[in-house]
Amino acid sequence: MARLSMVEAINAALREKMAADDRVVILGEDVGVDGGVFRATVGLLDQFGPWRVIDTPLAENCIVGSAVGMAISGLRPVAEIQFEGFMFKGFDHIYSHASRMLRRSQGVYNVPLVVRAPYGAGVRALEHHSDAPEALFCHVPGLKVVIPSTPYDAKGLLISSIEDPDPVIFLEPKRLYRLFKEEVPDGEYRVPLGEARIVREGNDLSIITYGGMVSVCERAAQHLSEEGVDVEIVDLRTVWPFDAEAITSSVSKTGRATIVHEAPRSFGVGAEIAATIAERCLLSLLAPIKRVTGYDVIPPLAKLEEYNYPTADRVIRAVHETMQF
Amino acid sequence: MQLVMMEAHIARKLHEQMLRIRMVEEKICELYSEQEMRCPVHLCVGQEAIPVGVCAHLAPKDYVLSGHRSHGHYLAKGGDLKAMMAEIYGKVTGCCMGKGGSMHLIDLAAGFLAATPIVGSTVPIGVGAALASVMRREDRVTVVFFGDAAVEEGVLCESINFAVLKRLPVVFVCENNAYSVNSPLSVRQPQEREIYEIALGHGMESLQADGNDVIAVYGLAGKAIDKARRGNGPTFLEFKTYRWLEHCGPNDDCHLECRSETELYKWKERCPVRMLEGRLLSEGVATPEGMRLVAANIATEMEEAVRFAKASAFPDPDLLLKHIYAP
Repeated sequence: MARLSMVEAINAALREKMAADDRVVILGEDVGVDGGVFRATVGLLDQFGPWRVIDTPLAENCIVGSAVGMAISGLRPVAEIQFEGFMFKGFDHIYSHASRMLRRSQGVYNVPLVVRAPYGAGVRALEHHSDAPEALFCHVPGLKVVIPSTPYDAKGLLISSIEDPDPVIFLEPKRLYRLFKEEVPDGEYRVPLGEARIVREGNDLSIITYGGMVSVCERAAQHLSEEGVDVEIVDLRTVWPFDAEAITSSVSKTGRATIVHEAPRSFGVGAEIAATIAERCLLSLLAPIKRVTGYDVIPPLAKLEEYNYPTADRVIRAVHETMQF
Repeated sequence: MQLVMMEAHIARKLHEQMLRIRMVEEKICELYSEQEMRCPVHLCVGQEAIPVGVCAHLAPKDYVLSGHRSHGHYLAKGGDLKAMMAEIYGKVTGCCMGKGGSMHLIDLAAGFLAATPIVGSTVPIGVGAALASVMRREDRVTVVFFGDAAVEEGVLCESINFAVLKRLPVVFVCENNAYSVNSPLSVRQPQEREIYEIALGHGMESLQADGNDVIAVYGLAGKAIDKARRGNGPTFLEFKTYRWLEHCGPNDDCHLECRSETELYKWKERCPVRMLEGRLLSEGVATPEGMRLVAANIATEMEEAVRFAKASAFPDPDLLLKHIYAP
């Protein structure tokens, strides 16, 4: 057991899976000699050599395309895309092939592929270095989308993702890479895909969130508890296919739901969660569902980012409005 | 290459394989108007020499990937004809269970890894498969077939660069049929630059030959595949050929006035099947009776495949929801 940051936990997951399974291969820009721009793959080249930690040309379409070829030929590739905003040059292969090979092969091929990318705002970059594109991936049948919120979950979810038979888009909130450390067990352990985590229990209102927003919501919940509002936080962890049971049982209990994500609001993951609540537990609701999200804008540079990124204050305001309905 | 340099049974086999592809494509043309094949078809009539000349060097363990015009590659690699016909008819006995159609043929037992109509997109998949073969120390060559328009896609250059860098056992086969849908090469690529030169620019060995001369294709492909098998890296091959039928469908398209009947006629004069037949006969490698027997056997096989496809069932509704995630 050691106290690790999220990026260290991700490195540990990669290292341990590579040591345990020689089919696991890492490929991407700057992953080898450099150790990755966020240091997620540091030290792996020395340990596993250049055929298993492959520094690729700057060519995302080829990175994901060749990873699909590797995945259907007996390997378990983990492709790193340097920033989430660069994924779209490889989106063709995620959309056109990774998600479809199982169907095309009548279930014979699995595509045990993980595409990792640093995700979201919080490092004072902009546009392609601060995007939150998860809904685009969630909308592709056949993909799984995972966004961890803690170092412990990051390691356990990444190990599960590498072992999973289906293609997984693994988005790593940049702002959490080094935000805090926590105890992370040595050796392999798994956080199962598709299972939400109840971050804190409460009876008055359910906040459904994931990724970098979890700690924001925890701060809001702490403040609200001092006012006497008892908030439950559901961290989806696997954004799609999400844990509808966990959402339903929480909202059925509390009767109120606030959904928080940093991605743009319209057609976002929050819309699907709201629809699920409406379909499954509408009659339990005591107030309309609220969403606290990024605005429908392109991620801006540092100062404006503060206005776009949901804060604890915005979450608190939304909860107040819901409670007062 | 002179036929005398080649063993007679190989020459006859090349002829049989080309004729088989030709007859299957013509059968599809004949049946298409029945409106039972509810599936777009991109036929390869006129281009048979390339898949046949290349795949003659491959074993089932070797991989082939292709694009939307893939019937010839699938059949030349040993793909199951009945499963292909059933797939085009959308039947559950098809090689993709009636979910993929003509553009997504697959036969893993034959090493036909994938085909897909997103132009150029199977090229990096082939490169990745070759990388996996090297890592797993498997004795396998991967061949990726694509058309002249695929070299206009950026991913082709990305993939060639990567394959050279890693010295992978891949052969890139460009079938230059001079048209992308109905746009001629002259409006898409600089005329003073030959396609094979693109690969040269990446430091890859790259060669060009007449794609309607199956003996030339066979000779060049043999060297490239042998080189890949020995671990000496990838090769790019450009074969010039011509598509006789419309881009998609069973008809002629000269009425569109995108190409002239004179041009089509000129290429039909250079029919790859007839050209080889002429040589087989004149060099005494085959007899007219022998050829008639070959054609009759293919016709029987084809009729059986069509009967099988027509008699097969459509997929049940529950298949719609299957194979999205692994069970």
